[in-house]
Amino acid sequence: MSNHQKILAAIPGIFFRKPSPEEADYVNEGDVVNEGDTIGLIEVMKTFYEVKAESAGVIESFLISNEEIVEAGQELAVLNGQSK
Amino acid sequence: MIKVISPGLQTTVQDGGRIGFYEVGMPPSGAMDKYSYTVSNLLVGNNENAATLEITYLGPVLEFQEDALIALTGGEIPPKINGEAVPMWEALSVKAGDRLSFDFVKQGARVYLAVAGGIDVPVIMGSRSTYTLCGIGGLEGRPLQANDQLVIGADRLHSVQAGARVADELIPLFSKKHEIRVVLGLCSYRLTEESKERFFSIDWSVTPEANRVGYRFKGERLNFVEREQPFGAGSNPSNVVDLGYPIGSIQVPDGVEPIALLNDAVTGGGYATIATIISTDLNKMGQIKTNETVKFVSVSIEEALAARKEEKDKLNAIKEQLYLGTGGVINE
Repeated sequence: MSNHQKILAAIPGIFFRKPSPEEADYVNEGDVVNEGDTIGLIEVMKTFYEVKAESAGVIESFLISNEEIVEAGQELAVLNGQSK
Repeated sequence: MIKVISPGLQTTVQDGGRIGFYEVGMPPSGAMDKYSYTVSNLLVGNNENAATLEITYLGPVLEFQEDALIALTGGEIPPKINGEAVPMWEALSVKAGDRLSFDFVKQGARVYLAVAGGIDVPVIMGSRSTYTLCGIGGLEGRPLQANDQLVIGADRLHSVQAGARVADELIPLFSKKHEIRVVLGLCSYRLTEESKERFFSIDWSVTPEANRVGYRFKGERLNFVEREQPFGAGSNPSNVVDLGYPIGSIQVPDGVEPIALLNDAVTGGGYATIATIISTDLNKMGQIKTNETVKFVSVSIEEALAARKEEKDKLNAIKEQLYLGTGGVINE
């Protein structure tokens, strides 16, 4: 049974998929993540807020590109929480 | 005591502000949306200048370790007690052990949490407000962190019953498009007539660089009148000889991306300030989020003062409504 969950932006700002410009993306589509893993950052007010997976699963797709502007509550990624 | 389980994005202790030190370079700090802040204190019977928590974008999780009367006002970041939705703009009774948490922000940007008695932190230069850039005021001069303990003070003047509520017509509504009223000046003469006209006709969008210090806007380049820069002014056409910056003043460094200076901003410098946000609309500014749009509207000083009086009348109406028959109305 697959269980699709949307990972939402808690705050408005700029979405980043990597910790810094020189580093690799936190996760790629198809990667397995654990509960609490960081999947991206949102920058607002010179503060970086870590976006975390709320449960374990596979990142099925990102709905927002790196450095795109997001609104609070916007869907960032789809997590397939199927049992491993 | 109130225990901080998780702090939110930027939750700080704020009161009416550190007033009277502007000339030595100390900005006032204090609640960004003074109307919502004041109403939160009124709802729990506090001294109007009692310290509250200012919550920005993302709410904290707080655990009350004693019974308390609280009120939440400001933008809509839907609050929950023990997971159950509770209303804003209403005095709420919480019990020891209760947990206050929040849903994602819906409208506005900042919520004020008043606790009957206020948040008790040391008074620095006449205020409990947090000024993070200097690391003073509030709790150790910084935003809240997990495991902080907040002490409830004794800044209470009136006894208000849980369930007391502000009338709907006195609750401000926030949207994603904002009109912000400004008084032209001090250095608007530096802009070309065309740029002055454009400043008031376009929709400015709020960048992610928008916090208690200031809000930066994106729109289009504004041009300054060409001149030979006077002695003492910087070489960029947006520079003037240093002046004190009014709170709420708008400057346009190099003509790109206007910045509105707010509660925690630098108090003076050498950029031309082209307009100043009127005091009542500073409250609205505090409820604007990154990515939203602002249209600036030019008003006269008389209109600004009339708006201020109207807001004061609203606060007096709330006081009458809350305190009539519970020990009298205190109006100065």
